[in-house]
Amino acid sequence: MKLADVIEVLEGKVISQEADPNLEVTCVSAADLMSDVLAFAEGGSILLTGLCNPQVVRTAEMADIIAIVFVRGKIPPSETVELAAKKGIPLIATKYTMFEMAGRLYEAGLRSCDISCRIT
Amino acid sequence: MPELTRLQELIYELEVREVMTPDPVTVTPDTSMAEFREILREHRISGAPVMEGDTLVGIISIEDLIKTLAEGQMNVTVGERMRRSPITVPEHKTLIQAVVSFQDHGFGRFPVVDHRGKLVGIITQGDIVKGLLKRLEVEYHEEEVRQYRASHVFEDISSDRTCITLHYHVNAQDFDRAGEASSRIKRVLNRLGAPPQIVRRLAIAAYEAEMNIIIHAHTTGEMVAEIMPDRVTLRADDAGPGIADIEQAMQPGFSTASEWVRELGFGAGMGLVNIKRCADEMTLESPPGGGTHLSVVIRIDPPWFSNNHNGSNQQRSSAG
Repeated sequence: MKLADVIEVLEGKVISQEADPNLEVTCVSAADLMSDVLAFAEGGSILLTGLCNPQVVRTAEMADIIAIVFVRGKIPPSETVELAAKKGIPLIATKYTMFEMAGRLYEAGLRSCDISCRIT
Repeated sequence: MPELTRLQELIYELEVREVMTPDPVTVTPDTSMAEFREILREHRISGAPVMEGDTLVGIISIEDLIKTLAEGQMNVTVGERMRRSPITVPEHKTLIQAVVSFQDHGFGRFPVVDHRGKLVGIITQGDIVKGLLKRLEVEYHEEEVRQYRASHVFEDISSDRTCITLHYHVNAQDFDRAGEASSRIKRVLNRLGAPPQIVRRLAIAAYEAEMNIIIHAHTTGEMVAEIMPDRVTLRADDAGPGIADIEQAMQPGFSTASEWVRELGFGAGMGLVNIKRCADEMTLESPPGGGTHLSVVIRIDPPWFSNNHNGSNQQRSSAG
């Protein structure tokens, strides 16, 4: 699924400077604990999170996450937006809860990152 | 010949506007052929669109000038000698369409127009060749930069054991810069062309280790990455309070982090577990009062560059 489709399904709004709509999204991780994200997120995944601080962007950078979606209309502070711009990681805001977002993306055909395959 | 294939691709990829000469020198129908000759000489061009105000009305070239010279009629105007209603090329067409136009009509140049038919440039066969060569050169250069990788560094340096060592300072409690050292390590490894899975594992281990120093150490810590052809070693050292019970600290979910660290998304008791998962070898030492010392080894198999170590020696001795 393309990032453009994800944005459409979530009725999301791109809040970073740019987001390549043609990015291929392979799977989804949803967490507020960054160590959990580092433990199971796969490269090419998107991250759904309620956490808005710059560490979210750092975590995405380390785990090769291609985009971050913030839940419940949260808008991250400018430090986060600036770091994301520097790292070229798109940020997307939506009005939906984590549960609703996960449900919509699952219905659209996306699946969770495979925990069994883990980091390696 | 791969170059030829790429060249053919480029003819279908590049647009006319990317290779044309923009804002070309123009003349009017009233310009005399004598003046036109001076314009060609001065600008070192071989032809020009003829404009009446904003409207393209013709095109005139050096061939028209030569004919006029031969007839000895240099007082006539461009308007009398130009080709009227010239064939134009739209700026957003790909080069292949321009190439076809040159073949079909045999002209030396075409005015380039935008979607409203307004003149935006001029294109010659020379422009097409130059544009293609320039793009090939740029791509070649980019490829060259991409290939400047660790294997070449290791190849260039003759030693029994080559190692690139990176040192990073990490300040305890400095959450603003948290992750910066790991980010830089990751960038270096990518630049060196390390396999993506190796980069990812090291980046995650480094990030967790960096966060540990920031969260738990009370002073400045240091991270050191040693890059070798067959392994990357990461050391994270701090002089903080240390870990009372390492076995307990290695349990998933065990954490001594404060509430506000948890609010940042860390301190979930998964850091050391994650590091171990990323590592081929991991040692963690925390002698009483002696800070915390973490060492992580990630093996690179096959090595980036195998013709090193003893292999290199053997080759040299046999060659010498």
